[in-house]
Amino acid sequence: MSSNKDSIGNTIKTAFLVCLACSIVVSFSAIALRPIQDVNKVREVKKNILAAAGLFDETKTVEEQFGVIKTRIVDLRTGKYATDMDVDSYDQRKASKDPSQSEKLTASDDIAGIKRVENYAKVYAVENNGQLETLILPVRGYGLWSTLWGFVALESDLNTVVGLGFYEHAETPGLGGEVDNPRWKAMWPGKQVFNTDGDVAVYIKKGSVDSSIAAEKTHAIDGLSGATLTSNGVNNLIEFWLGDDGFSPFLKNLKAGGA
Amino acid sequence: MSGETKKILLHPIFSNNPVALQILGVCSALAVTTSMEVTLVMCLALTTVTAFSNLFISMIRNHIPSSIRIIVQMTIIASLVIVVDQVLKAYAFGVSKQLSVFVGLIITNCIVMGRAEAFAMANPPGVSFLDGIGNGLGYSIVLIFVATIREIFGAGKFFGMTVMPLVNDGGWYVPNGMLLLPPSAFFLIAMFIWLLRNWKKDQQEAADFKALPQVNKEAV
Repeated sequence: MSSNKDSIGNTIKTAFLVCLACSIVVSFSAIALRPIQDVNKVREVKKNILAAAGLFDETKTVEEQFGVIKTRIVDLRTGKYATDMDVDSYDQRKASKDPSQSEKLTASDDIAGIKRVENYAKVYAVENNGQLETLILPVRGYGLWSTLWGFVALESDLNTVVGLGFYEHAETPGLGGEVDNPRWKAMWPGKQVFNTDGDVAVYIKKGSVDSSIAAEKTHAIDGLSGATLTSNGVNNLIEFWLGDDGFSPFLKNLKAGGA
Repeated sequence: MSGETKKILLHPIFSNNPVALQILGVCSALAVTTSMEVTLVMCLALTTVTAFSNLFISMIRNHIPSSIRIIVQMTIIASLVIVVDQVLKAYAFGVSKQLSVFVGLIITNCIVMGRAEAFAMANPPGVSFLDGIGNGLGYSIVLIFVATIREIFGAGKFFGMTVMPLVNDGGWYVPNGMLLLPPSAFFLIAMFIWLLRNWKKDQQEAADFKALPQVNKEAV
């Protein structure tokens, strides 16, 4: 038996049977659990959209609360709604890596360090009788170690910040990871994104905001101590996504009533 | 429970701890011990994988050709880890996000492979399964020790509940930021080993060499 066990025939047979048994177990578990996992992923994104808009309530289900939010697709090149696209099936994250659905950024334009920008972006709106109340825009950009993925929410004047939140990043816990700190995030609501010239003016200051200076009071956020590079990353991604290569054309159209 | 099975199950906890005595599986102990919740899920995942990989490998141990035994073990371990990862993604989504790659890295955890090769290849399935659970518990006790200290003194929390309000949140405690970074776990594991070896003196190792007295002479 023991010499038989080490024969070439038995080696191949054992290898084959082990692989077969393992692959059946793995594929079965992957397929059986896929629907539950997909629900989790969708729910996670929705939760972050609600949190950025300041609407998230722990006691209610995410689906129930998400009912108030309308999802639309915007063509980032023209700044107009793309009505012919299917909102549910469009995967913005996948599109941002697909050369046929995105454009390469030149080094000087790519301030957020994202390499490519997709042609279409999903935007989320809270509306009351057809009137816009809150607009939630997806943003992303490179911090110190990782790309930060998040949402920024604006009031109906398309200038005042309602909230900002990141749902995925790998910054240093305790330093750059403090972008998740609720006390820091609470400094964002009420800040004005654009200055009177229409340029992005909201920024994270190094140090604390001096509220006796008018420009700082309306535009600046306290810096995260020990996290200069993450703070710069957040500044850059805000500047990019609310700037001309990002949502600025869309916001202008929306303000003029013609998106 | 007979004396022998009890020994197999409980010995790895203090007398023959896989992390503290055999110094295996330290890598994940550094990475996933910033909070108790994540740590407990990781311990559960590792214990499950070790127990079942021991069980299955022991069941087919008489048929595994010795030339490919390591690959057969790896295939079984890897499959179990993928199943565990899929289950976590479905039923513990929040925690699985925090554990990220470290669930996948259970595959390379030396404890799982070490027990498969050292124990399951030579023993029947029942005791191999218990050996896997025992070693999982031994790993868990070290991680829980490390995570308790790291979460309380690094984040002022325990199981996510505030025990010491942080200065950042308007409280009084200035957290020790280093405890949130992986290197701190090195010191804490070393501390655990030191305490354990002071208690169980038979685990102390003989010195490898003896330093000669220093000679205070100028080079000529």
